[in-house]
Parts: sequence; structure tokens; C-alpha cells
Amino acid sequence: MNTNSNIYTVVYTAAVVTLVAAVLAFVSQSLKSKQNANEKAETISQILDAAQFDLSGVEGNAATIEFFKENIGSVELVRVDGTVADTLATADAEVLSVSDLKKQNYAIAGKGGEVAIPVYNFKNGVSVVSVYGQGLWGPVWGYIAFTKGTVNIVGAYFDHASETPGLGGKIKDDPAFRAQFAGKTVDYAGTTPFAIVKGGAPEGMTNGIDAITGATMTSKYLNIAINNWLEAYKAALNKPVCCGECETKTEEE
Amino acid sequence: MANFKETFLNPIFKGNPITVLVLGICSSLAVTVELKGALVMALSVTAVTGLSSLVCSLIRKTIPNRVRIIVQLVVVAMMVILVDQLLKAFEATYPIDKSLSVYIGLIITNCIVMGRIEAFALGNKPLPSLVDGLANGLGYGMILVVVAFMRELLGSGTIFGFQVIPDCFYAAGYANNGLVILPPFALILLGCIIWIQRSLDKDLQEK
Repeated sequence: MNTNSNIYTVVYTAAVVTLVAAVLAFVSQSLKSKQNANEKAETISQILDAAQFDLSGVEGNAATIEFFKENIGSVELVRVDGTVADTLATADAEVLSVSDLKKQNYAIAGKGGEVAIPVYNFKNGVSVVSVYGQGLWGPVWGYIAFTKGTVNIVGAYFDHASETPGLGGKIKDDPAFRAQFAGKTVDYAGTTPFAIVKGGAPEGMTNGIDAITGATMTSKYLNIAINNWLEAYKAALNKPVCCGECETKTEEE
Repeated sequence: MANFKETFLNPIFKGNPITVLVLGICSSLAVTVELKGALVMALSVTAVTGLSSLVCSLIRKTIPNRVRIIVQLVVVAMMVILVDQLLKAFEATYPIDKSLSVYIGLIITNCIVMGRIEAFALGNKPLPSLVDGLANGLGYGMILVVVAFMRELLGSGTIFGFQVIPDCFYAAGYANNGLVILPPFALILLGCIIWIQRSLDKDLQEK
């Protein structure tokens, strides 16, 4: 058989590519549930990390999920006006996956869908919110923890799909970058709720941190993501924590 | 069987892809900060080189010559995606896959993989091709593990994440070397390994 004829070449490559695609699709489908379980446990451990829980003794997916169940109080999905659209079942350790955050990012940008962004309320009085946005090479996302009912940040955790390791990748890998968030506040009266400032936040600025050297673009995009989402959380974060009685009063006013 | 032995041993020592052919050194600089990552990377590359060589050798007589690079690339890409998917599916390897991030996907561009298919698998029977592919992966992996061992030990004071340099050393003023963590040191270390190998093996020295 002449393996150099045009027809043979075309048919051969088409057959090889189809076969490979079929194999990959099959493998992807059959491993999907396991991969999702790993992703879910990772998301949970990142939320716990942002909330400053000590995870040193917690090893493995099952233990992480169990730890989350023990400490979580409630998970609310809030609208832009601060009202609760839905709650997630804490008994099943339900969290919004990264792909759910992507959909919510579209909703926040006004590109369709209802905004229902998660607030994870832990029993120790820490509330964690999510952020998501476009990074330099792919999406960036993360979790910012507040003292419940205030705009005081206690911690943060960020992750990314394909930022450059050693540069933009530091939003995840550099603990010193994340540590800057603790003790800062969100200022809804200012020009932006939060700021990642190249060269460091000026003295006296309580809602800004230093950007990553060598990762100007990733820092800039992360800043945009954080601010977009914090704007959407504005009503929810400013809502005073109080009993049923005083909530009625606020409404009457 | 002597032939098999040579096919297997040559890429590990005398024809080592990293120290002698100086192929695929990009990833050996990038993923050798920790032993765990380097080990997973080494095994992944070994699996990819071995299986790609096997598959390409099995279909070598049917591949149209004009598109042979494309066909090889499709086979290699399939193997890399399979390895990546498997690493993501297991609880133990998931975090390592995440920390290796883009480098697993970049195995496709590792010169060793395509190089061995083109130079060996297309002209040899499946079994020797498999052995050749595996051996080249192991030769690559061996250097990776040696470099990672030195870098993790000197840079972080740990081996596989366990602290091996006792606290009293730190108390006495010992400090982890920050330079070792950075890629330039991997290149320096690689240079030293090549130096040692060449001074031990007279056949590798240029006249």
C-alpha cells in the first residue's frame, strides 16, 4: 500500500485524531467524579485556610471535609442588595466550585444570570467571601475572610489556573503576600473598596497592600477581581449583625 | 538479550539525555525545588516517553512520511493528557499536579520524547522502543531526583517535606540557602554533575 498518497494521508490523520479524541473523552468522563471530589476538597481547604484555621493535623480529603462540617455555621448565597437568595446544606459540606464562581462573575458583570454569591459563616465568628476574575493568562480566584458583620479582614487565600510560576503564581505560593491582608479593612467610602498598590500602600492607608514585584499585570487583574466582587458584597458586608427585633426597626426607618 | 541491556543502560549513563545530550533541561531546572514534585515529574516523563515510543513503534509502518511529526505529536499529546488526568484523579497526586501546574502539560514540548520517537522508535520493533523510551525517561528522572535532592536539602533543609537538618544547626547560626531555591542554582548544579560525569568517563571527553 502506498502510504504517501494524498488520500491515505488525509484518511490516516483523520482516523488517528478521531481515535485519540475518543480515548481522551472516555478517560475524561470516567475520571470526572474523582477529579471533582479532589477539587471540592481543595476549595474547602482554601476557604478554611483563608479563615485562618490551623489545618496542620488535617490530612486528606475526608478529614478536610469533616473539619469543615464541624466548624461551618451557615453558607448563604447573597444577592447584590444583601438579601439571602439561597442557603447551601452544611451537612453535605456544599461549596461553590470554581466553575460556579465563573458563572457568578458573569452575573456580577451583568452578562446574565442572577447574582447569588457565597458567604461562608463559621461558628467562630469568621465570614469568608469569594472573589473571581480574569488573571493574566487564565482565571484567578480566592477567598477573603472577615470578622462577621464587619469589614475587617482576618485572612485571604488566592489561587490561579495558569499564572507564571515564581511571578504571578506568588498570589498563591507566597505566604507573605497573603499575610498582608490580615488586619486590613475594606473601605466602601473610598475610590475603590480595596487596593493592591504597586510599590506598597502609602502610610496610613488601611485598605491597601503591596503588589507582587515582577507580576504587575497579575496584581492589577487580581485587584480588579477583588474590587468587582467586594462591590457586589457591599450590602451583605455592611448589614449589621443583630437580632430579629432590630432588623425590623431598620426596615421601619 | 545483551542488546536489550545496552538499550536500557545507555540512556541512563553514557547517553543520558540531560547530562550528555543536554535535552529537556528546561523542566529539570523548573521542577527540582522539591523532591516530591521532581519524582512525580520523573515518573510522568518516563511513562510518556515509554508509551509514546511503544505506540509510535507499533504504527511506524503505517505512518505517512510527510505527516509523521504531526502523528507523533498527537500520540505524545494524548499520553501527556492521560497522565495529567490520572494525576488529577488521585487524592495523593492531586496537590502535586497542582504544584507542577503547567509543567506536566509542557512534557509535550520535552525534546527527549519526540527525539527518541524520531531517532529510535520509528526504526525499531515495539519492545526495544518501549525499553528505550522508559530508559530515557529514567535517565532524565535520575538527574531530576539528584538535583531536587540537593536543592531541597540545601534550600529548605527538608527531604520529601520532612525536616532533616536539626534545629540545633539553625540555633547555631545555619541558614537555608535562598539561591538554591532559584533556577540559576539548578543550572550550576547540573553543570557540576556533567563535570563529574565527564571526568569519570574518558569516552565522553572531547579530544
